[in-house]
Amino acid sequence: MVKGIRFKELRDVGDPVDLAAAYSDAGADELVFLDITATLEARATLVELVGRVADRLAIPFTVGGGVRSVADAEELLDAGADKVAVNSAALERPALITELAERMGSQAVVVAIDAQGGRVRTRAGTTATARTAVDWAREAVECGAGEILLTSIDADGTRAGYDLELTGAVAAAVPVPVIASGGAGGAQHVAEALEVAQAALLASILHEDPARLASLRDELRALGVQVRSVEVRDAA
Amino acid sequence: MNVALCEYGAGNVRSVEVALRRLGVTLTSDVVDADLAVLPGVGSARSALAGLRESGHDVALRARIEAGQPVLGICLGLQIALEWSDEDGGVEGLGLLPGRSERLESGRIPRIGWAEVEGRGTFYFAHSYAAATPCATAWSEGVVAEVRSGSFVGCQFHPEKSGPDGARYLAAVLEEATSRSLA
Repeated sequence: MVKGIRFKELRDVGDPVDLAAAYSDAGADELVFLDITATLEARATLVELVGRVADRLAIPFTVGGGVRSVADAEELLDAGADKVAVNSAALERPALITELAERMGSQAVVVAIDAQGGRVRTRAGTTATARTAVDWAREAVECGAGEILLTSIDADGTRAGYDLELTGAVAAAVPVPVIASGGAGGAQHVAEALEVAQAALLASILHEDPARLASLRDELRALGVQVRSVEVRDAA
Repeated sequence: MNVALCEYGAGNVRSVEVALRRLGVTLTSDVVDADLAVLPGVGSARSALAGLRESGHDVALRARIEAGQPVLGICLGLQIALEWSDEDGGVEGLGLLPGRSERLESGRIPRIGWAEVEGRGTFYFAHSYAAATPCATAWSEGVVAEVRSGSFVGCQFHPEKSGPDGARYLAAVLEEATSRSLA
């Protein structure tokens, strides 16, 4: 299969709808939208935003951030998300994963795991736990997770490369696709991540310069990574 | 042309709606008389089939196939159109075409990501089950990607999430459905 390259979008960056459409046109394989604010008021805004983004996309769209119940997830899917990501709420109550999988199918349920030093951290990385990422990933999959989105807090923002050891360990431990996240600085890093994981997520290096996506894809192709070809759309 | 999206009672059909509207169709709830009826690819077999039986759409769909009226099944929509699905402990399908939906055996499951479909293009897949049927017409890495039987077309991939290739595929299905309506 063509390995997926996904793009994480934070709510505060410019106009997310235009950015999402631009990434989609430029060849992003999937879009991931994580709302880290997750207050009640912010949720209504997120749902509305999801609808507007979904109307502009023709690629898969995963949404997460503060999803604590099946109702939260359904609200996002109804608004137009194709998959839902759960993190802290799933660790606190793993049965949530099973409920989501039964309701919408495992292929629509992504369990996001943030890890530092191999150990899981929750609440946007603020809270330490004793669980290892590998162990929690295994349990999450047993509960029904269709994908694992693994973010290495150690690597995140460093632009020095993904945490290949941690990512490889998690990917070896589960039978579902694993998405590597955290640390991308360039095409070489993405190519390396795609050796141990099934998808690589990029965020900050693109948000600063969305046009970078096109050159990044060319560089990946030159490195021998199978990259989906997309039409170049003329500006309307 | 008008297109009816079958409702399962659960699951997001917005992506399919958006994709179809972009191609200029009018969405209708009339499964019986629409130019094309679509079985979307959301949820799981047991609940989707229960939803169709409750709404009476199962009967309407069988009537459409008998009358040679177009039906498109996407992902789960293809799987539940078969005679049987192994999902959810095993459940009887609509029987719109022969064959069964069986759990994938190799690779990571669910099979998620973009893959080439021989002779059709590159499309997005997200599935744990696939068709075993004499009606297969296209494959992707050894997995049945498309089936055809009478006026039924089924695709295992999600054309509504497959960018330009997906839009072209849907447009071709609509074109074919239009021709059938005029015939």
